[in-house]
Formats: sequence, structure tokens, C-alpha cells
Amino acid sequence: MSTLIKYTANGATEIENAFVFVVDDEAVPQGADIIVSLSRIKADGEALLASGVRVGVQIEPAEAVEDLAELLPRLALVAVAFPKFRDGRAYTSATLLRQRLGFNGEVRAVGDVLREQAYVMTRCGIDAFVPADGSSAAEWSRAAGHFRHVYQAAADGRTPAFSEPGRR
Amino acid sequence: MYRYDAIDKEFLSDRSNEFRHQVSRRLAGELSEDQFKPLRLMNGLYLQLHAYMLRVCIPYGTLNVAQVRRLAWIARTYDKGYGHFTTRQNIQFHWIKLRDAPDILDALAEVDLHAIQTSGNCIRNTTSDPRAGATAEEIDDPRVWSEAIRQWSTLHPEFSYLPRKFKIAVTASAKDRTAARVHDIGLALRRGRDGTLGFEVMVGGGMGRTPFIGQTIKEFLPATRLLSYLEAVLRVYNRAGRRDNIYKARIKILVSSLGAEEFGRQVQEEWAQIDAARADLPDTELARIRAAFIQPGLEVLPAVSDSYEAARAANRALGRFVRNNVSAHKTPGYAIVDVSLKAHDATPGDANFDQLEAIADLAERFSLGDIRVTHEQNLVLPHVKQSDLPALFEGLAAVGLATPNINLVSDIIACPGLDYCALANARAIPVAQSIAQRFVDADRAELVGELKIKISGCINACGHHHVGHIGILGVDKKGEEYYQLTLGGSGAEDASIGKILGPGLNADQVAPAVDRLVEVYLAERQGEERFLDTYRRIGMTPFKEAVYVDAH
Repeated sequence: MSTLIKYTANGATEIENAFVFVVDDEAVPQGADIIVSLSRIKADGEALLASGVRVGVQIEPAEAVEDLAELLPRLALVAVAFPKFRDGRAYTSATLLRQRLGFNGEVRAVGDVLREQAYVMTRCGIDAFVPADGSSAAEWSRAAGHFRHVYQAAADGRTPAFSEPGRR
Repeated sequence: MYRYDAIDKEFLSDRSNEFRHQVSRRLAGELSEDQFKPLRLMNGLYLQLHAYMLRVCIPYGTLNVAQVRRLAWIARTYDKGYGHFTTRQNIQFHWIKLRDAPDILDALAEVDLHAIQTSGNCIRNTTSDPRAGATAEEIDDPRVWSEAIRQWSTLHPEFSYLPRKFKIAVTASAKDRTAARVHDIGLALRRGRDGTLGFEVMVGGGMGRTPFIGQTIKEFLPATRLLSYLEAVLRVYNRAGRRDNIYKARIKILVSSLGAEEFGRQVQEEWAQIDAARADLPDTELARIRAAFIQPGLEVLPAVSDSYEAARAANRALGRFVRNNVSAHKTPGYAIVDVSLKAHDATPGDANFDQLEAIADLAERFSLGDIRVTHEQNLVLPHVKQSDLPALFEGLAAVGLATPNINLVSDIIACPGLDYCALANARAIPVAQSIAQRFVDADRAELVGELKIKISGCINACGHHHVGHIGILGVDKKGEEYYQLTLGGSGAEDASIGKILGPGLNADQVAPAVDRLVEVYLAERQGEERFLDTYRRIGMTPFKEAVYVDAH
């Protein structure tokens, strides 16, 4: 199983990834926690969610995360896909999940997930990562926490510079 | 002038450390060039023909004395002795070694400068009026809003990997000195009927291979709602902008394909869902920023300085300089001085370290320590006492910076072209120089009046040729450099895209062709018409006939 980095206010830790991504035309494995596509959850959502395992959905860059709105309370996680690290659409998906749709579950970055983007990912409310560059939790944590200050309010809830008590 | 506090300084220091770490990982082979490229670009580092180029951000074109001195030091220490001011109010150093880049960024950070987001597919430096805070024409100080945008856009987590680069301009006067209508977003400050402050929002302007003039999607955006509205525009673009073809990835293509009305509707719909309390800047922060731009040190002076009037009457050269390079200040007894970086034998926009040192000294003595950069690649000393103008003129002349040609035919915008740039098809600098040489007679240049020539060495249009009154585009035709002329462009408040004059010319034919275009204008012009006005009245034909007369 692949490494998963979980990022919280207390830092990053490596844990086992319990979820299996199920390709659309494959059968769902018995008893495993699964991640499926948006189209699959739309088609088979009720059956999958009633099966007793934890269910997550993977959102591709071109897909509208708003389509998940009604299902979100029943999902264990939402995976936002980065087919290439340069494709920044998942940052909007993650931001909307947190700020507009009020999702408090795990938002996981999958695909071309590199330490150099750790900072912007965590700021957009992504709190779990399947790194493609072999990053350790410590390396990830250092990259994500590099800046002592931030200039704008974002999904991570950090206090922006303009609200810091020391602002002059 | 906005002063960085401990928070801003710690941010720059963190950024510099982060990049030093990334460079060491790249040099150790832990990052591929593909992975490193966007990181170095977002720190202003390009790989060019001969070396790395470092583009240093000059936020909305505003510099202080210590910053100019530091730029001079960098030019001398790490470059071949000069820097190149760009059409986006930044400065570039063309001879940088990758291993020096982290040290240079540290040296910049010590004087509150950086290279953050001067390249890459992110929100770039905000363009603003180089006369901000000095001209009586402005509705409000555009630097206040530009600084708010600088902070908001700096390492914006959602908008750091956009489909393509993104440029915002803020203009506050009827006379647009920012080229707002050829920016991704142009913001024009307006007063509402009730006296409140707002912005006209124009989107989708741009140059490159498919030029567009920006279209208004909001006539009056309340100024305090600026950041939430920008968030809405950027979010619609980040989601819907094309990512399959970099030549179709700018917002102008999205706006053009949807139509401005539909794009505006989508923005409005998105904007309505944004929590204003989170997204808009609190009034207290706006007030803090505004207070930073209150100009101290302006004295109460008589509106006219007798010593200055006597000096300009006695000294023809000073008189000419004043006619062309000096404008009214909002405060009686003061003037705004444009400093041309377009001497006839110089590279447009270049300044060597002696000149940069001199500018810093002169600004310290005569301009309350304030220096501005224009998008037309010149400098401005915005707060000069009229009585100091003769001494300032002598000081500028001593280092070759008193060229009296602002807005005249030799005040040419040119990109670095094939002399430096890996993308260029043709040289731009020698063509600019050949035109300037042809109009070296200052009386004739003044007779011709305002004439904006803009030269790009390739279709990417960094030299803004589309919006030149006369635009010149270098193209490669079977291994030879050719130049395509366009007429009738403008990047100002009367923005328009130039139209092609006719078949391409070789390098030697360009300056004579410009000469002929000017002769037609001088013969045809009526009253106070500029070249552009005459062209718009009489059309292309007389100009075309004059240039291609030998071809018949």
C-alpha cells in the first residue's frame, strides 16, 4: 500500500493508506474502503454507501466539486487529482470543499503530488497527501510550514498578516 | 511610500530561504528541470540565450533610494554593469548565474525587494501610474489599491498555478499611463454619483499573438469589494481557462470565446457566493495601507519659482527638457520629472550602475527619495521643487539621462529581442537605435510631437507593438530578419490594436519607412493632431503608398 501523509495542526505523520481506488469498470473489492470516480458515485452511490465500507470520491480537475454537495456528509474523504503538478484546478476544488461546501472530512491530494506544492496545498485545505516524490512526513511538514506569515485568508484558517497583532 | 514591517520582512526572508533550498536540491539533482522550472520562474529566474535572467519585482513601479542603490550594486556585482527596465515596471538582469541567485535574492530582501511572481503562471506585479500621489489628475491614489493587490496575490494558494500568467493594472486618471486595457484585468478608479469610490473592471485585454482590448464587465465595483471580485474573476478563469494549449490559455481567449457578457455573468454568479467578510480587506487594513502613502516633506511654496523661470528662459537645453520631460505636480511649486532611458545610442530601458547611483543621489536630493518606473521603460522623479529643476537637469545630463524626448519619436519601447532572448525571431534594439538616430534632430522630433513606436522581436509582443502608434514586429522569414509595420495602435485610454501596413521590410528599410510615415503625417495633419489622430482620420492608404512607392 502507498504511503499517506496526514497533515494536522500538530504536523505531519505517515500512516497506511487504507483506501483502494476502484477504476470505473472494475468490481468493488469486498470489505475494503474505496475511492471511486464522480460518475460512479452518481450512478451507484446508494449501493456503495450502504455497503458498510468507507467511501471516498476522486474529483478530476475538469469536474465540478459542487456536484458532490448532497453526498458530502456521507463521504469519508474527497481525493482531488493532480494529473500534472502544474494543473491548478484542484486548488479551487479543495478551497470550495472547505469554504463553500463546509466539508470537514479528509481532502486528499493524489497524482503528481510534489513537496514543492505542499504549502499551497495545505493552505487550500488539503490535509492528506500521497506524495509522488517519495517525500517523508518530516520533509512534507517542513515544506508546508516554511512561511511564518500568510497574506490572505484561505481554507486553512491561518491568520493573515493584516489580522496579526504585530502588524504596523 | 509603503514601508515593510517585521511581518513583510520575515516573509521575504522565508521566501529567500525556501528558494535557496530549492536551488540546492536542483543542483544536487533531486529536482528535475521540469519540476524546478515553475519554482525558478515564480522567483523571476528565466533561462535565456546566454545566461539566466533575473527579473526583479518593482511593486507598481515604486522604488526608494536604498533600493535603487542596491539594484546598482547587483548590476555591478552580478551582471555586466547594467539592468534593463521592462514594460511592466520591473528590472531585469541578463547575465546571472544560477548559483548566485539565492545570494542576490538575500541582497534584495535586505532592502525589501524580491523577485516573487515576476514570471510563471501566476498573478504578476500590478502595473500602476508612475505619477501616483503626485498628479492632480487622479481620482484616488492607485498605489493604495495596488499594494492591497500585492499582498492578496502574494503566494495566493488557489491562484499560483493558473492556466497562464495574469497581469492586473490600476489606473486612476483620465489619462491612462498603465496600458490598463491591454491587461488581463484593468481597473480604472471612478467616483460614483454619490461620491463613493469604485472601479470600472475591464477583463481580457492582452497582446501576444492574438491581441485583444479589454472589455468592461463591471461599470462600477465598490472599491471596498475589490478583493472578493478579483477572487471571483480568478476563480472562473482558473476553472475554465484552457490548459491544453499555452497560446490559448490566457483569460483573453476565455473572455473572447464566452463573450464578455457571459463571462461577466459567471463572475457575478461566483462573486455572489463569496463571503465578503472573509474575502474583502477590512477597513482598518485599507486605512493602514492608505496612511503609508501620505507623502511627508512637501513644503508650502509659491506656485511659480522666479529663479527657475529665469533659468529656463536663459538655457535653451533646459527649456527643451522642461517642455518635454516636466509636468505639473498637484502641489504648488513642485513638478513631476520624467527621466528618459532612451538616449539615441542607448538600449531602450537600460541603465548602467553609474546612472542608477546618480538617480538614487538625485532622488535623495531633489525628489523626497521617491523614484518611479514607467511601463514605457523610463523613470520618474515625482516630487521635484521647480527651483531645483536646473540643478536636477545638470545632474541628469552629467550621466546621460537628460534626453528631452518623452513621448517623442525616439522614446521607443523595445523588447530585448534576439540580442538576449531565446524566443526572439529578430533583433529589436538595433532597429530602435536606427530610428532614434534618424530623428536625432531635436527640433524636428518636437515638431513631430507625440509618436509612440513600439518594437517586438517576436510574436509574443513583449515590446507592445500591437499598441504602438507605429508598431514594429520582427519576424523570421527563411532565416532572415524581417519587420512588419502596423499603424494606429494605442495602449492608452483610447486603446486600439494596430493594423498591418503592408509587406515586411528588412532591417535597413525600417528607419527610412518610419521617416516616410512621419512625412505623410506632417503633410496631412490638421491643428493639434497627433500622428495617431491623423492616421485615424485619413486611414492607411496615404501612409502605405508613401512607404511602398518604390515597389510599384
